[in-house]
Amino acid sequence: MRRVVVDYPLVICALLLSVYGVAMVYSAGQTDVPTVATHAWTAQIRWVILSIGLAYGVSRASVRFFEWSALPIYIVTCLLLLGLLKFGGGAGDAASSKSWLVIAGHRLGQPAELAKVAVILMLARELGARREAPRSLLELWKPAVVVGIPWILIMLQPDLGSGMVFIGIFFAMLFWSGVPLPLLILIASPAVSLVLAFNTSLWGAWFLALLALVLWYRPYMWEGVTLMLANVFMGVLAPILWERLAPYQRHRLQVFLDPSIDPRNSGWHVIQSQVAIGSGGWIGKGFLNGTQKRLAFLPEQHTDFIFAVVGEELGLLGVTIALSLFLFLVLRAVRTASNANDSFGSLVAFGLAASWLVHVSVNVGMTLNLMPITGIPLPFFSYGGSFMLACWLSIGIMMRISSEGRGGRVGELAI
Amino acid sequence: MSFHPNEIARRARIASWALVGIFVLLISAFFKTQVVNYAKYSQQSETNRLREVPLPAPRGIIYDRNNQVIAENVPGYTVSILASSSDSLRAALTRLSAIIPLPAEQIDLAVRRYLRARNRPTAILSDASFDVVSVLEERRIDFPGLIIQSAPKRYYPDGAAVASFVGYVGEVTESELTMPRYQGYKTGQQVGKNGLEREYESRLRGREGVRFVEVDALGRVVREAGARDEVPAQAADPLYTNIDLPLQRFTAQIFGDSLQGGAIAIDPKTGGVLALYSAPSYNPNSFIGGIPPELWKSLNSDPRRPLFNKVTQGRYPPGSTWKLATAAIALERGLVTLDDHMPTPCTGGYQFGNRYFRCWDPKGHGSLTLAGAIEKSCDVYFYQLGLKIGLSSLVGGGIKLGARDKTGIDLPDESRPTFPYADAVNYYNRKYGPRGWSQAVLLNLSIGQGENSQTVVNMARFYTALATDGSAAKPEIVKDKPQRAQILQLAPDQLAGLRAALAGVITHGTAGSAAIQGVVLAGKTGTAQNAQDPLHHHAWFVGFAPAGDPKIVVAVMLEFGGHGTRAARIASKIIESYLKVAPTTFINTEG
Repeated sequence: MRRVVVDYPLVICALLLSVYGVAMVYSAGQTDVPTVATHAWTAQIRWVILSIGLAYGVSRASVRFFEWSALPIYIVTCLLLLGLLKFGGGAGDAASSKSWLVIAGHRLGQPAELAKVAVILMLARELGARREAPRSLLELWKPAVVVGIPWILIMLQPDLGSGMVFIGIFFAMLFWSGVPLPLLILIASPAVSLVLAFNTSLWGAWFLALLALVLWYRPYMWEGVTLMLANVFMGVLAPILWERLAPYQRHRLQVFLDPSIDPRNSGWHVIQSQVAIGSGGWIGKGFLNGTQKRLAFLPEQHTDFIFAVVGEELGLLGVTIALSLFLFLVLRAVRTASNANDSFGSLVAFGLAASWLVHVSVNVGMTLNLMPITGIPLPFFSYGGSFMLACWLSIGIMMRISSEGRGGRVGELAI
Repeated sequence: MSFHPNEIARRARIASWALVGIFVLLISAFFKTQVVNYAKYSQQSETNRLREVPLPAPRGIIYDRNNQVIAENVPGYTVSILASSSDSLRAALTRLSAIIPLPAEQIDLAVRRYLRARNRPTAILSDASFDVVSVLEERRIDFPGLIIQSAPKRYYPDGAAVASFVGYVGEVTESELTMPRYQGYKTGQQVGKNGLEREYESRLRGREGVRFVEVDALGRVVREAGARDEVPAQAADPLYTNIDLPLQRFTAQIFGDSLQGGAIAIDPKTGGVLALYSAPSYNPNSFIGGIPPELWKSLNSDPRRPLFNKVTQGRYPPGSTWKLATAAIALERGLVTLDDHMPTPCTGGYQFGNRYFRCWDPKGHGSLTLAGAIEKSCDVYFYQLGLKIGLSSLVGGGIKLGARDKTGIDLPDESRPTFPYADAVNYYNRKYGPRGWSQAVLLNLSIGQGENSQTVVNMARFYTALATDGSAAKPEIVKDKPQRAQILQLAPDQLAGLRAALAGVITHGTAGSAAIQGVVLAGKTGTAQNAQDPLHHHAWFVGFAPAGDPKIVVAVMLEFGGHGTRAARIASKIIESYLKVAPTTFINTEG
């Protein structure tokens, strides 16, 4: 057994983020109005300690073990997700969704968090086993199925936010495995069509641009035709899909496009979040002193909108520090991916980096209305046990890949 | 996957730059929100959490000429509620109605108020008693948006005695808020509704202060003080009036409950209004904090019209009190002297054309001088004097005396007297048609009947000119620079003669009962016919004392009061009270 050489910058960065996060969860509980978040910070500290223990344990396992366990974890996760559709429970304003694993009335956690890691491992196994990166659509059917099964199960809950993370992971890992960018764009094109279908002229422009790309990139004839047809189909399908969305999801999307259509309810969240952040200024109103948070103007201030508390109380300074830590963490993960000594580890590291990036950018973007409200948590900050465990689980895996990699000063000392 | 180190490095570079790009984008979005738009969001956050609770300013105190208080402020409480929606307001009020009486209409009213100004506390009780306040203070925890604010409350110690000129205050109405006059006013504020309170609103108002309470997202008050520095209210400067409060009280007292009419006492030298009373009066204190609807209804439907100011708004034919105007116009034009007789002596009436015009005394007065005719109020003499003056001169002279003008007294809604305009022929042609009238109108005009209705205050103003050098003083309640207008071009001896004739009225003329021992009172009674009730004449008296050097002009008018001597008796008492001369028993000569 080889000694684990700890990637200190990575671990210290994750520790700093966790401490910062716990401090913000504490602040989120300090309000003038009774809130469920009052004692959340003590639980969060327990979760962080437990999570660090988990990360340490995971880091003791070898990358080979991760590769070997990818399939069983993946299967168990998919079964869990399937079970959720029957037995799952909701929470918050998405009470009608079924994202929580509930046993005997106790909410045990959100399997979607585990599913993200499971999909990364499984996808890495699938893509890493190839000698060449997929160059056509047909070759992509396997990775698509790997992501597709849990994705569909999660979208059925429905949990739009986690669904977005899956898509991000899928594209990032395809990119990392060497799939050419034009092909990625072509794959993504039907989804873009789906969004643009609501504006005919925009959709038309997109379609022409896509046609030009197809002619330039010259995929197989049948692929090009299929893609163009898929785009047309999506354009037609969009309104029908729109009708199929759960009312709260449809509403969230509409409010994202214009929060002022509903300033008292759904738009309220994002408007108050922007007010909180904007009123923070350069250095904020001071730790614990955010009035928007204190007086309950800020919704979900200890979970989805915790970054608004950072913006309000610590200002642009606090925001920049937090975002810099995240940037460092993700860059470090990319570095780990580059230095990994096998393709599986490299792909896992990059997939985890992508997962963090999507979480951070979507959650933070949501507080400024740059992204729709999807209920996606902020790593290391948002209050929640299973998410904290998942974050540190990723760190543990990352630590191991890093220590086995070339830049990781691999120690040969056995313990 | 293609795992060649060069390719990996290339992808890592792309990924890293994309990452940096995304984070720069995010940070610049935060920069835009937190630095560029800081002011906007900062203000929005303050608006979110702070609610302004107005601190009403004490209105200016109103004093009489001897610094006795006419209107002051006493401690009071207002109860209001901060609500986040009309539904939550309604719910809170429904719960509140279990503790304090709160009729359904009042709840509806409060909800309407709330919808007009959502961010201001909605007034529930504008004058809460101490008992109600203490009950509410105990239950405060149950009503998170409740705000109990001490607020100065208007109080008029003399109540109904001073209402005629001081008016009252009340909450500014929705329609008033749309007027330019009330620009800058906010729902729930008190404004002067009548009298001096309204006329001097801008001076009496003071400056409202504001304190800030902190509320949470549901509009519940979280912090009562210290959220932001409060702006204290500024009291208005006091208002000093010419009113003589004891005289005002006395005037109100002698009118009592039964008499209906008005009286004004003016210092002829300055125009300062010493007393002004319209009977019946009302208690202005009952308006404070919202007048009960039943009381408001009864005040408005009372046939004696307590809210109608009979001194400044009522218009009545001046009757014989106008004869001094006719006399002055004739004297001014040199048509007669005080010693001149008219061609036809009074035999109880005067034949003009095919009509016979009666004198008030069917026994007749015989041949009189002008002074004698004033003393006896002989109609026949004045018929002939009017004919001598001629229609256009009589009308023109009357206009010069101010018969068509408001006095400019500092009270709101003064009525303009009615009197023919300068082109009298045209006036009558338009009124009755070219063939519908004759010179007979002249006879009526010259004895103060016909197309002539004067306010009590305007008659008093005219008599200030008689009492002085022929210049009329603008009646002023609030102390100000006196303003005079020369309306009579008469020699001092002519004015003295008129005053002597008026004094004669008191000593042996029609107002004999009004004589005051030791002080010579000069004045003229009037018994004016009115169209509303031909059987009950309006009783007038306008006069001044002492006749030699007048210090007070009094005009009294009793609606349907019968003969002018009744008014004269009241005027005489008012003057007595003012000049502090021992009362005397009235010699009740002829009626």
